[in-house]
Amino acid sequence: MKGSERLRSAFRDDRVALIPYLTGGYPTLEGAREVGEAYVEAGADVVEIGVPFSDPLADGPTIQATATRALENGADLDYCLELAGGFADRVPVVFLLYFNVIFARGVEKFLRDAASAGVSGLVIPDLPVDEAGEFARLSSDAGVAFCPLVAPTSTDERLERVGELATGFVYCVSVAGVTGVRDALPPGAVELLRRVRSKAEAPVALGFGIGSPEAAAEAAAEADGVIIGSKLMQLVGERGAEGAGAWLRRVREALSGVVRSEGRYQELA
Amino acid sequence: MRQKVESGYFGAFGGRYVPETLIHALEELEEAYERYRDDPEFVEELDSLSRDFVGRPTPLMFASHLTERWGGAKVWFKREDLAHTGAHKINNTLGQILLADRMGKRRIIAETGAGQHGVATATVAALYGKECVVYMGEEDTRRQRLNVVRMKLLGAEVVPVVSGSRTLKDAVNEAIRDWVTNVEDTHYIIGSVVGPSPYPRIVRDFQKIIGRELEAQARERFGGDPDAIVACVGAGSNAIGAFHPFIGREGVRLVGVEAAGRGLASGEHGASLAEGRLGVLHGALSYVLQTVGGQIREAHSISAGLDYPATGPEHAYLKDEGLAQYASVTDEEALEAFTLCSRLEGIIPALETAHAIFYAERVAKELGPDKNLVINLSGRGDKDVEVVAEALGIGTGEVEEVSGEG
Repeated sequence: MKGSERLRSAFRDDRVALIPYLTGGYPTLEGAREVGEAYVEAGADVVEIGVPFSDPLADGPTIQATATRALENGADLDYCLELAGGFADRVPVVFLLYFNVIFARGVEKFLRDAASAGVSGLVIPDLPVDEAGEFARLSSDAGVAFCPLVAPTSTDERLERVGELATGFVYCVSVAGVTGVRDALPPGAVELLRRVRSKAEAPVALGFGIGSPEAAAEAAAEADGVIIGSKLMQLVGERGAEGAGAWLRRVREALSGVVRSEGRYQELA
Repeated sequence: MRQKVESGYFGAFGGRYVPETLIHALEELEEAYERYRDDPEFVEELDSLSRDFVGRPTPLMFASHLTERWGGAKVWFKREDLAHTGAHKINNTLGQILLADRMGKRRIIAETGAGQHGVATATVAALYGKECVVYMGEEDTRRQRLNVVRMKLLGAEVVPVVSGSRTLKDAVNEAIRDWVTNVEDTHYIIGSVVGPSPYPRIVRDFQKIIGRELEAQARERFGGDPDAIVACVGAGSNAIGAFHPFIGREGVRLVGVEAAGRGLASGEHGASLAEGRLGVLHGALSYVLQTVGGQIREAHSISAGLDYPATGPEHAYLKDEGLAQYASVTDEEALEAFTLCSRLEGIIPALETAHAIFYAERVAKELGPDKNLVINLSGRGDKDVEVVAEALGIGTGEVEEVSGEG
């Protein structure tokens, strides 16, 4: 099965996809593997691996700091591909990375390497749909799903274009801002999710700022997937892989009780 | 892989590689710019402030001593150092504050390296009564204390940036993060011809006044176009402004001078056109100093204004098309020209500008007498005296001694 198909199959009618994030190479090269293992054990449906970049301009201080550390630890793209390969037979793995890292390897070579490492999808924060047309085509030819981002400021025309290009999921940025931990789901998030749904067939995952099981559950009532990054990286820093895994299990439990309010996925039995 | 030729690109370079959240703001900016750029009221406001507030037109001065010393072409200075706040930076910030005001933005943010752009932004923000926040690498806030004080006096808040390498590129990242978060009421005044489209074009257009004035002044002073224009290039705004009306014009040699820092071979420099590879930084595809794996490298130059690991996309285009020529000059050579210009012409130039002055000697000699060479004297060097004093070992003790003798 192609990576993109595996990724789509992680989004099921009967449950919300839980998508925890880890920075490749943080807290250490070996430690990142342990974090990934903890996520899989806690019931992750997809694991998102951030490939560290020197200038991550969509990320807030928490994730930036993990990237800086990971680079100091010697993490690079090859390491992240290997890291992905360690999980890819159990859960679909998605890369979050900045375009220059792809560009430096060469787009086509990068896509071949990603596909053969078992990477299922790509989230590229600095490759908006305007610049992504050809990339999205090459990426889906290579069997790696393209997962574009949308923001509260995206117009309906842009959402349509996102709908056309999304071969994985649509990454819904819940607030105008950078990544980081926030207490509650921002008010505009639900409206954005509904707007995206009306324009795109791909599953919709909500991220940026989900910091508690309650916020995750709130998001899950509307979204097909919930992405959690900064909070988990904070926990890894404070309590290690085990602590992050334990917290993620609580989120998984909170999500299992969620009744989907509307959309194509009906409520749980 | 890209063959796109559309607005927002200079040949293959440029584009809009930014988070989705910013696209709307960039479109809004582009719309506002298209609406106002030729609006008579806008043009009148910009022209009258350029005259009364900035002091334009800046003079074209014959540099007789350098001309004599080098024995080649006649050397002229386009005196951007005489513009308000001491450099060409004000041309851009003034234009952008007018746009921001018309767009109803109440808050202005900017990045700054040495502090020149920060000061120029704080200045126009004060003039228009806007809240102003300037991001500056923590290290630079120490090295350029005086400019931090200037910005504060003008009412701006200066935020030291402690992320990443704590330099100019990180200050740009931080400004972009702020903008992503506060995009509704905030305008980002970027300091050079970099960043996502439409910034490189807007900044260039506001800097074109240098070249337009130069064109008229050259006709008046020596009856035609200059035979060469030499300007320093960090990200490249003063150069593009001086070059622009002359691009593709026969008989006008355009020379951009990058920072070779401690020498190109040392790897510690700011010469992204000479040594960089194609890549994406801060929203644009251009030449970027980077590792094999695509991590952005830190630039080095004795002049903070050239200490940036990429170059504006239009320069990348001019280089690849052979429309301009690019060279580089080391820290040491720049210091030599800095001293020479101070002593011979009575003008302490910015260290950035000193790079152009050093390389101009070679161009002047190549051209020979009866030709005219213009150096864009992009800024004055007051901001650099501490750095230069340290580099040249000039202590204040010596100064006291000298004055004691007199």
